[in-house]
Amino acid sequence: MNALSAAQTKEMLLAAAQAVIESKPLLTEIDSKIGDGDHGIGMETGMRKAGEALRALPESASVNTLFKTMGRAMMMSMGGASGVIFGTLFQAGAKAVPEAETLEAGTLVPLFRRSLEAVKTRGGAQPGDKTMVDALEPAVLAMEALDSKDLCQLLAAASSAAAEGVENTKRYAAKFGRAKSLMERSIGHQDAGATSVQIIFEAMHAYVTKQ
Amino acid sequence: MKKIYNPGENIVLQQLEGFVDAYSSLYAPLRDGRTSVVLKNHRSGDKVRLIVGGGSGHEPLFPGLVGYGLADAAVCGNVFAAPNPQLIYDTVMDLPGSAGVLFVYGNYAGDNLNFDVAEEMLEDAGVACAHVRVWDDCASAPRDGIQDRRGIAGDVFVIKIAGAACDAGLPMEEVLRITEKARDRTASIGLATSPGSIPGLDRPTFELGETEIEYGMGLHGEPGIERTVMQSADALTERLYRELKAEVRPLPGERFSVLVNGLGSTTLLELNIVYRKFAQLVRGDGLTIHDGCIDRICTCQEMGGFSVSLLRLDDELLKYYDAPCYSPYYAKEDRR
Repeated sequence: MNALSAAQTKEMLLAAAQAVIESKPLLTEIDSKIGDGDHGIGMETGMRKAGEALRALPESASVNTLFKTMGRAMMMSMGGASGVIFGTLFQAGAKAVPEAETLEAGTLVPLFRRSLEAVKTRGGAQPGDKTMVDALEPAVLAMEALDSKDLCQLLAAASSAAAEGVENTKRYAAKFGRAKSLMERSIGHQDAGATSVQIIFEAMHAYVTKQ
Repeated sequence: MKKIYNPGENIVLQQLEGFVDAYSSLYAPLRDGRTSVVLKNHRSGDKVRLIVGGGSGHEPLFPGLVGYGLADAAVCGNVFAAPNPQLIYDTVMDLPGSAGVLFVYGNYAGDNLNFDVAEEMLEDAGVACAHVRVWDDCASAPRDGIQDRRGIAGDVFVIKIAGAACDAGLPMEEVLRITEKARDRTASIGLATSPGSIPGLDRPTFELGETEIEYGMGLHGEPGIERTVMQSADALTERLYRELKAEVRPLPGERFSVLVNGLGSTTLLELNIVYRKFAQLVRGDGLTIHDGCIDRICTCQEMGGFSVSLLRLDDELLKYYDAPCYSPYYAKEDRR
């Protein structure tokens, strides 16, 4: 599968939102170990708003508009650091790449590359800081390394790289957010934000696989 | 943990509904379910509007510092989480005046991100914005990494000065300069005796042994500089004064305002005893205390412990410090 229509892209994003909403208990449990325990609640709020905003868009909305709308809805509703960061994940890349009516590798990969850069600039986190960047960066690098036109292959590579990234966060000491206060004590626990990135890529991959 | 709230309901909204209702002569009713507290009778004439805000759970900060000669509005996020940019934007857009908006908030990653996005949105809408991030907690990072320091009770001094500068009708550049000066001359340090808890999570924000205390611990349990055994009030206060003095390096004859701030469950009786010793130490070094304050303003639920803050005054800051201000939780008489 080399392209998704805008309508399919919308369904894919809605599936990602739904997957995050359903993972709220998991995210809460992970974040309770080393954070405030509110990551799942924040992501649920953001993804519900994103779902409402996506459904309200006209059929004619471009791929960029879909991603931007999702990001904006999250950024404007969630609060906390993750609101701006996950909002940026969907919004920044979609603003930076040329308008597209269909989602192809030529849009998907640069979109997440630009989002990754924007997230790093905004949040100041680098790989190894035990944040969502630890899942997002390997996912982007894996898609770029694959150099494929097949969305299914690309998102499969992104998902497994993100999962590996989440696993790696267990080894890191947190540098950001409340978990930072635990420093070495945060080692051994995975990062909740990175887990959300993994869930998003896995849900997008699952959707594309079914098409 | 017995915590008084309504499970499943919006804690922040419900507490603010109660707050603005009780003080309805001062505050407007909440608008459209927004968790922001806005002063009702704005001073006539144009002036820079002062907006404060941050995560909830630290009451009376920040809504309790909305008042005359203080902030025009406070934007309140969820418990310990920064408010979202839309809430900040909507709150500002409803305020009167065209002289611009100054944001004062504690230096935390979530607050910085959300206020930055809100500022970008407001500037796109033609509203002039500036911000001052308060980083008074000198235990939270070394002096050469001051921008990594957190904001704690020193917020109160910075908001006091900023509010007076705004009410004096000064232009934005001047308000900003004076507020940054107040920020740069404010230093705090605290200690924790017991943790707070997050409503709904039913667990303590950190763990501290029954006989232990931690110097320099942050409001959310961020690690401090030393964990040790409980000591007398005078010994605790001496240690904090020593740390603060090393940071501030005061010169004999300089004037300071002192704030002894309880973190939640520490009583005024205890805080009064702390202030007594702290003032002795300050004066013992040949310094002048211009004004003191003993209260619980910047708290973390039922967290035990206290912080001490110093504001190093000069003739210019004194003028704004001595202007009157009033809110239900912070008031100063006119000493000009």
